[in-house]
Amino acid sequence: MEKKTSATLRRVSAKNITQAVKKLFIDANTKLGKDVLTALRAGLKKEESPLGRQVLTRIIENASFASKAQMPVCQDTGLAVLFIEAGQDVRVTGGDLRTAIEEGVKLAYRDGCLRKSLCDPLTRMNTGDNTPAIMHMDIVSGSQIRIIAMPKGGGSENMSRAAMLTPAAGLAGIRDFVLETVEKAGANPCPPIIVGLGIGGSLETACLLAKKALLRPVGRKNKKDRRLAKMEAQLLEDINALGIGPAGMGGRVTALAVHAEMMPCHIASLPVAVNIQCHAARHAEVVL
Amino acid sequence: MNEQAVKEKENLIRIETPLTDDVCASLGAGDMVLLSGEIYTARDAAHRRMYDALTSGHALPFDLKRATIFYAAPAPTPVGRVIGSIGPTTSYRMDAFTPALIEHGLKGMIGKGNRSPEVIETIKQYKAVYFGAIGGIAALTARTVKRMELVAYRELGPEAIRKLTVADMPLVVVNDTRGGDLYARAQREWRILA
Repeated sequence: MEKKTSATLRRVSAKNITQAVKKLFIDANTKLGKDVLTALRAGLKKEESPLGRQVLTRIIENASFASKAQMPVCQDTGLAVLFIEAGQDVRVTGGDLRTAIEEGVKLAYRDGCLRKSLCDPLTRMNTGDNTPAIMHMDIVSGSQIRIIAMPKGGGSENMSRAAMLTPAAGLAGIRDFVLETVEKAGANPCPPIIVGLGIGGSLETACLLAKKALLRPVGRKNKKDRRLAKMEAQLLEDINALGIGPAGMGGRVTALAVHAEMMPCHIASLPVAVNIQCHAARHAEVVL
Repeated sequence: MNEQAVKEKENLIRIETPLTDDVCASLGAGDMVLLSGEIYTARDAAHRRMYDALTSGHALPFDLKRATIFYAAPAPTPVGRVIGSIGPTTSYRMDAFTPALIEHGLKGMIGKGNRSPEVIETIKQYKAVYFGAIGGIAALTARTVKRMELVAYRELGPEAIRKLTVADMPLVVVNDTRGGDLYARAQREWRILA
């Protein structure tokens, strides 16, 4: 019985995982995704403020230069956030999955000229290698490992918020909370931003949904739930009517997209989380 | 160069550090400047240390008189370059320490995002200036840095204080000596949400 099970397991070496994670973080930090660039160019066409247009032009120019020079798009190369979907028919050989990923993060930040941005919360002393990485691990069916790397900057993370609204607050309450969060954030999170909105679940799942929503290609609407697709479009219009604009210096393009995800919640609750992403929306993925 | 680009170039004001009262007083919110000269990087942890030094009567790692601070911590320097990617961090986290630094001579601050009413008031009172740099264009900004030198707090890693010599660093005046505020003005001009 045991023999039969092990025969169906696919082997993936810890060494390969480490190298793949290293490459993901270096790539994500130095090359802005096509989806982001397309959204920025569309924003440039829409922007009416001369200063706003100049900011967007510089952002696009920076992405092209960073990629050529192999330099990080932003000096804040972020917390090393990872989403991992490990197939239950995979066996990691030569080490364990978590350590292999952590090693990859260390190598990326050491060899890729990426800034180490983690510190002890109280002494504020830098941990020196940008670990511990923040790993969200799922066991899924299949015999592959999917790894998504998401370097997440501190400025936009600081402007993110969660709230346990009352069921009575409803859709209007969610809208108010999102707009208030974006308005309070102002220039701080480096607009134009992408807004990840998580609704439902518990306190922590609302936050996780909001972060996962940011992994979608920028501007791709929610395809599972029409109510959410409609909410995304309406919120984007309202956010862009706030006038914060590129770099907060005024204009029409405050957000490039709103991505919402939802799951059922307790009859007593309406958890809502807003995870703000700066315009350097970096993510890269690999399937091993 | 198209007409728009030529016009924008003409609107740029060239200034040099150390900043003087006159230069600061001549700048208004929304002015686009090209800054050259020596500036210092300092952000969260360095501000805490400088503030503690000031309030306990200890010497500061550099002379604050007419100095300009860039709220920034660069990425490591790639081989063959002067500095790694560098850009502004959010300024409000320095607000608790800033009035004391301005009272001791600090003239220029470079960052992003709103300042507290206390900081804005101190900027007016002491003829200082707060510049906004664009966040997220750190590879481009690195090109304006011609020299980098470690000054203090090496153990803070990226947060250590560094002296940078910059040439034509593009900035926008956010808070000026007359109480002008670019972000507040942007809201008045561009907000259309009821």
